[in-house]
Amino acid sequence: MTIVYAVLVLGVTAVIFGLILAFAAKVFEVEVDPRLPEIQSALAGANCGGCGYPGCAGCAEAILNGKAPVDACAPAGAEGAAKIAAILGVEAAAGEKKVAHVICNGGSDCGRRFDYVGVPSCLAATKVAAGPTSCQYGCLGFGECVKACRFDAIHINDKGVAEVDKEKCTNCGACREACPRRLIVEVPYKQKVFVNCANRDRGPAVAKVCASSCIACGICERTCKLDAIHVVNNVAVIDYSKCRNCTMCAKACPRNAIEPIPTPEEKEKFKAAQKAAAERAAAAKKAAAAQTEAAAPTA
Amino acid sequence: MQVTRLLAISLGAILTNNFIFSQFLGICPFLGVSKKADTAVGMGLAVTFVMGLASAITFAVNLILVKLGLEFMQTVAFILVIAALVQFIEMFLKKSIPSLYTALGIYLPLITTNCAVLGVALLNVQNEYNFFESVIYGITGGLGFLLAIYLFATVRERTEFAEYPEAFEGFPIALITSGLLALAFMGFSGLEVWPM
Repeated sequence: MTIVYAVLVLGVTAVIFGLILAFAAKVFEVEVDPRLPEIQSALAGANCGGCGYPGCAGCAEAILNGKAPVDACAPAGAEGAAKIAAILGVEAAAGEKKVAHVICNGGSDCGRRFDYVGVPSCLAATKVAAGPTSCQYGCLGFGECVKACRFDAIHINDKGVAEVDKEKCTNCGACREACPRRLIVEVPYKQKVFVNCANRDRGPAVAKVCASSCIACGICERTCKLDAIHVVNNVAVIDYSKCRNCTMCAKACPRNAIEPIPTPEEKEKFKAAQKAAAERAAAAKKAAAAQTEAAAPTA
Repeated sequence: MQVTRLLAISLGAILTNNFIFSQFLGICPFLGVSKKADTAVGMGLAVTFVMGLASAITFAVNLILVKLGLEFMQTVAFILVIAALVQFIEMFLKKSIPSLYTALGIYLPLITTNCAVLGVALLNVQNEYNFFESVIYGITGGLGFLLAIYLFATVRERTEFAEYPEAFEGFPIALITSGLLALAFMGFSGLEVWPM
C-alpha cells in the first residue's frame, strides 16, 4: 500500500509542479527578441569582455538595442560582424582585420633603476617609485597582458618584452586594458613596420635609459617617401593608412627602434645606397647648374 | 515561540554550524564561484534567497509526507520541490523583478542542485523545527553561506598575488585556504549564548 501512496504522492506533486511551471511560463513570459539568440550565436562566445559588456549575452543585447556597433565583438571578426549585420538588416562597415601590438622594444636594452622584489604584477610594480624600469614608458615584462589574454596570443619574449602572436590575436582588447602603461595598440593585421618605442621624453634623456629607443631625430621622417612617418611628441609614429611596409625607415633608424630590425649588413647596404643616391643627386644638380651656366652667356 | 530560541538558531546557522565550514554542504559553489568577491556575494545572496523559500515550501510538503507515513521519500520529494521552485522563482523574477534577476543572474539556476538547499530542508525535519524556525534557519543558513563564501573569496583574491610553489596553484591552495578557514570556524563550536 505504501508503495502506491509513494508513487501517487510523487507523481501527483510532479504533475502539479509541472502544471504550475507550464502555467508560470505563460504568465511570466518575457518577450525576447528572436534576433537576440541569433546575434549571440554569431559572437565569438569566449566571454572575454573585450567589448566592454558583461559577457557575450550582454554584448548581444547592446548590439540589438543599438548601443554597440555590429562589429563590437572583435574576436568574431569581420565574418561575425557581417552575420550580425545580416540579422539586423544593416550594412556592416567593412573593416580590415586588426591585431594588438606592443610598442616597446626595451626589455634587456632598458636599464633598471632598482631591483623590484614585490608582487610580480605590472600594475603593482608601477606603484613602487614609478616602476623599476629606467624608461617610464616601457614594458615591465611581468606579463599582466599575458594573464589577461584568453587566446594565448601574447607572451613575454626572450628580451623580456611582451610580444603579440598576430596569428592567434583576435583583437579583443583585453591586453590593452590590462597594460598599466598603455603600451598595447591596435594595428592593421597586414602592417609589418612598427615604431617600437613609446617614450615621449626628449632625445638625450631617452638615449640614456634605453639602447633601442626613439630619440626623435627625424631621420625616418626624412627617409620616408610616402609621408607616412612623423615625429609626434618626441616619438616617431607611423600613419598605417599611408605606410606600404617598404622598411626604409627601419633601415635608416640609427637606434634600431623600428621593426623589422635590420641586420648590420642590411644597414650597410642601405647606407651605401643612400650615399650613392645622394651623390647621384648632387652630380645631377651640378650638371644642371653647369647647363644653366653654359646657357646663360648665349642669352 | 521564544525569540531567544530563534536567535540561537540563527547564531548556530551562521557561526557554530556554518553550512560550509562545519557541515560541508554547498562546497561546489563555494569553490566554483569564489574567485572574485562580488560574484561570491551574488551567489551568496541567491543561495540565501532560495534557502529561505525552500525551507518554507518543504515544510509544507513534509507535512503531507508525514501524514501519509512517507518520511522515507523526503529526499526525493525535496529534490523535486526545490528544482521546481528554483525554476519558478527564475521565471517570476525575470518577469516581475528584472533588476534582481540580472543581479542573481546565472547563479540562480546553478542553485537548483545545490546540496546546501537540500541540506537545509532535511535538517529542518531532523531538528523538528516548526514553520517559523525552519524559515529562519533557512535564511540564516544562507547568510552563513554568504559570510563563508565572501571571506573565502577575499582571501582567494589575495592569494592570486602571493608567491607559492607552482604545484599549489589553483585548487590546491584554495582547498588549503578553505581548510584553514574551517579550522578558524571550529573556534565557534560549543558557543552557546542562549541555552536552548
